[in-house]
Amino acid sequence: MTGYRLDNGGRIDRNRPVEFRFDGHSYQGFAGDTLASALLANGISLFGRSFKYHRPRGIMAAGSEEPNALISVDRGAGRFTPNLRATSVEIHAGLNAFSQNRWPSLKRDFGAINDRLGMFFPAGFYNKTFMWPRSFWEKLYEPAIRKMAGLGDAPTQEDPDIYASTYAHCDLLIVGAGPAGIDAALEAMGSNKRIILIDEQDELGGGALADPALWPWLERSRKALIDAPNVTILTRTTAFGYYHDNFIGAVQRLTDHSPDNSDSPREKLWRVRAGEVVLAQGAIERPLVFDGNDTPGVMLSSAAKVFGLRYGVAVGKSVALMAAHDSGWHDVFALAKAGVGIKAIIDVRTELSSALLDEASRLGINVHLNHSVTGVNGRHRVTSIQICNNDDYVGTRIDCDTLLMAGGWTPSVHLWSHSKGSLAWRDDIGAYVPDQPNENARCVGACSGGWDFGSGVIVDVLPTPKDQSRIKAFVDFQNDVTAKDIKLAVREGFRSIEHIKRYTTNGMATDQGKTSNLNGLQIASTALAKPVTDIGLTSFRPPYTPQTFGALAGHAKGALFQPTRTTNIDGWAAENGAVFELVAQWRRARYFPKMGEDMHAAVNRECVAVRSSVGIFDASTLGKIEVVGPDAAEFLNRMYTNPWKALEPGRCRYGLLLKEDGFITDDGVSARLAPDRFHLTTTTGGAARVLNMMEDYLQTEWPDLDVWLTSTTEQYAVIALQGPNARKLLEPLVEGIDLSADAFPHMAIREGTICGIPTRLFRVSFTGELGFEINVPTAYGRALWERLMAEGAKFDITPYGTEAMHVLRAEKGFIIVGQDTDGTITPFDAGLDWAVGKKKPDFVGKRSMARPDLVAPGRKQLVGLLTDDPNVVLQEGAQIVADPRQPIPMTMIGHVTSSYWSETLGRSIAFALVAGGHEMMGGTLYIPMPGKTHEAKVTGMVFYDAEGARLHV
Amino acid sequence: MILIHCPYCDEKRPEIEFANAGQAHVARPLDPSSQSDEEWEAYLFIRANPRGRHHERWRHVHGCGRFFNAVRDTVTDKFETTYKAGEPRR
Ligand SMILES: [Zn+2]
Repeated sequence: MTGYRLDNGGRIDRNRPVEFRFDGHSYQGFAGDTLASALLANGISLFGRSFKYHRPRGIMAAGSEEPNALISVDRGAGRFTPNLRATSVEIHAGLNAFSQNRWPSLKRDFGAINDRLGMFFPAGFYNKTFMWPRSFWEKLYEPAIRKMAGLGDAPTQEDPDIYASTYAHCDLLIVGAGPAGIDAALEAMGSNKRIILIDEQDELGGGALADPALWPWLERSRKALIDAPNVTILTRTTAFGYYHDNFIGAVQRLTDHSPDNSDSPREKLWRVRAGEVVLAQGAIERPLVFDGNDTPGVMLSSAAKVFGLRYGVAVGKSVALMAAHDSGWHDVFALAKAGVGIKAIIDVRTELSSALLDEASRLGINVHLNHSVTGVNGRHRVTSIQICNNDDYVGTRIDCDTLLMAGGWTPSVHLWSHSKGSLAWRDDIGAYVPDQPNENARCVGACSGGWDFGSGVIVDVLPTPKDQSRIKAFVDFQNDVTAKDIKLAVREGFRSIEHIKRYTTNGMATDQGKTSNLNGLQIASTALAKPVTDIGLTSFRPPYTPQTFGALAGHAKGALFQPTRTTNIDGWAAENGAVFELVAQWRRARYFPKMGEDMHAAVNRECVAVRSSVGIFDASTLGKIEVVGPDAAEFLNRMYTNPWKALEPGRCRYGLLLKEDGFITDDGVSARLAPDRFHLTTTTGGAARVLNMMEDYLQTEWPDLDVWLTSTTEQYAVIALQGPNARKLLEPLVEGIDLSADAFPHMAIREGTICGIPTRLFRVSFTGELGFEINVPTAYGRALWERLMAEGAKFDITPYGTEAMHVLRAEKGFIIVGQDTDGTITPFDAGLDWAVGKKKPDFVGKRSMARPDLVAPGRKQLVGLLTDDPNVVLQEGAQIVADPRQPIPMTMIGHVTSSYWSETLGRSIAFALVAGGHEMMGGTLYIPMPGKTHEAKVTGMVFYDAEGARLHV
Repeated sequence: MILIHCPYCDEKRPEIEFANAGQAHVARPLDPSSQSDEEWEAYLFIRANPRGRHHERWRHVHGCGRFFNAVRDTVTDKFETTYKAGEPRR
């Protein structure tokens, strides 16, 4: 034996040595090793520091249930992964791993002072100690605790890896490819079922990988399954969650085990919908609870067997076993035969089968029945153990470097519980097993409680002559919860395991109590003198093991986080220096700065150009709905506040849409193209919502109406031409439409062609200027835009963005639904009662407009504000008070909703929602802002061309 | 992810294709103006919050676009049945 590597055996490839690094030191292992097995082979026993007490910790388990040996892996810039289990990390050339939660080094750790102060950190310590004062928590307690207690460091750089995701469907999904899972797959293989077999390890076999006698069967089975065309095998894949209707989430690790950071995806998220699910997740061995059970070198008996027989690593040179279950005896027999030195077997039981005793005797192993381990010596590694008789507490010391624990088994019912399958308690094994399914699922093998590991007894805490309140007997190793903590919680009045769990944090670490839940339950049960089944069972929740955010996010990050909608003219705007903003999912040009201009200068120039000559604006994002059918007018009449039936074809109308509660939800100008056809527009952000609402009424309230609604938002590019020269620019380009003021008045629509392109031409204005909105099929948008820019050069045509659009509309008193309204504003509040058809018997929201609260005095109403100092532009969202001399906290009576510098007017303008605002015309209000409280006069909302002279030309 | 049977498509589809649309069988009064404030309040705001069978509306928004009714158990999250809008309460 070289170091701790056995001379032969195991599934590692001894012809392929692998160099890797741990905490900066170079080590060698073999292909097939995990980080845990390779470091154990190198004699490393210390893997990390515990969460709260910074106690030295080693390896406890051999699989994903490992609570202690959490490590970080650095794969280069942005590729830092904390909190991996050393037992699940495959080594490869160049692997660079680090221990965690220690400073300055793993062996000399300052935080270990917590261990000696341990008596001051009982259950609920944080809750009790750090309650007051509140500010101390944020500034002092939490930062200090975060620094001292904790897991690995969070990565600080953006993750450059890519993550794939896929959907899969199968008739049979098998989770777990140990003997039970493989048998289930072999049995179903001959059918025509589509089968997916998932296992978290790098190869099939589960527990059989540590049982060389099964390897020939395993190899035959593996070949058969690989050859079967209907079986998909996913290794290195963790089924982390079981959701409704047999929907299972699984993450497949694709590249972490290989040396290079290739361009292929690092992980792949599988969303599997299965006809039937077979859970073969196996069982997890239970630690025993005794003083010093967390010393490095104390580990699960089954783990020692895996390290010995699967990886060819002796976990120690002189190994003792503390058993409460037969399985531990079988494990050490197998280890002894593989060449591991077994020093002694200690068992709490008084009687055992002669077969076990005879075998121990044949292998020359000392046996101590009716004994318990009461103490462990050694800090960074076991040096000896103290044992004593359970009856008379007469003790002795046994020198050894490793202590195995065989405390019985806990079926892995995690996914079964996710699926809401019920559980039944079995006294004989002291564990919950699957009972009634809630989905088409069943459990097979050890996770159903069916195992052939022999029998055992359940002990909550091993007998000891020591003062129970002074020993450190760990239950939850990852969260540093001891048996004493659980007993304390019970003494302090906690009765339900759900409360005990939260108070002590037992089972709340990243391992979700895989090795601690049942022991915690047993200890609480004893302390409460109640059967386990009376104190409840905590819920298992996804994920089964921690998963990366990357895998869950998949491609939905960065530019692909959500779609960005762009118009046909967007490319032109980008090429011409537009500054963009997002409006809902649309990318819109906010302004077009010329050389040296800031936003303010650009917007001023754009506004002046519209008012003095002509501006061009991409309005394609406006929501558009085509309403068609004999009852189209009747339908709109019921939906909108205004009357629609008398609207003549060729005319437009401003429509105001309420929800049934009477509050404004959307608005827009719509046109009647024919008796049975309307072209509706909605706000950019409201298009989908409005269509959904209209479909709702049409389908479910008025299915008798013969109307069809079609979203046409993306069918049209819309170019707004606004300004006194708009008609002159347009006239030579349009055919089939008489653009004269008499033939084509404000709020009219005509169909014809522009530059040969079919168009729906609106004469509408959101700026107060003579204006047109040219609708053409989307694909022609940019071509028409460029033609208009060229033809408009003689008018110095100016492209303007959403910012100038906002200023221009505010100068005219036009509101933006969602900015100047907030979902609690009625038409009357907004000063839009003119848009309400008073004679209409009904429309959506009409009855609510008479609700007592909606006609009560003091409602917030939309008004204009003009600051006394014309150069002050109020902050949007700024609060408004009636009297600035009132004591603080002042009564806020409203807030500023829109506020701009108007270059046209040479001063600032604003809208505000103010309680009782309509009654305050001419009055003064106060707006406290940083540094100064500003005064403003309450005015009407139309600041420019109130009589509309510029519009009707 | 729940599978929901759309009674119009007559297919079970994943829930991400659907949007919940609130309690079912809350009919808009034929003549809202005749409603008292209390009646109108009940229509607008007062909704059931059952433990167990719940009648609710769903829309197959990323499918056929139709609104339909469903009976879902609020404890188990299981759909007992779905049926077309306008059909009697089940
Ligand atoms: Zn459908």
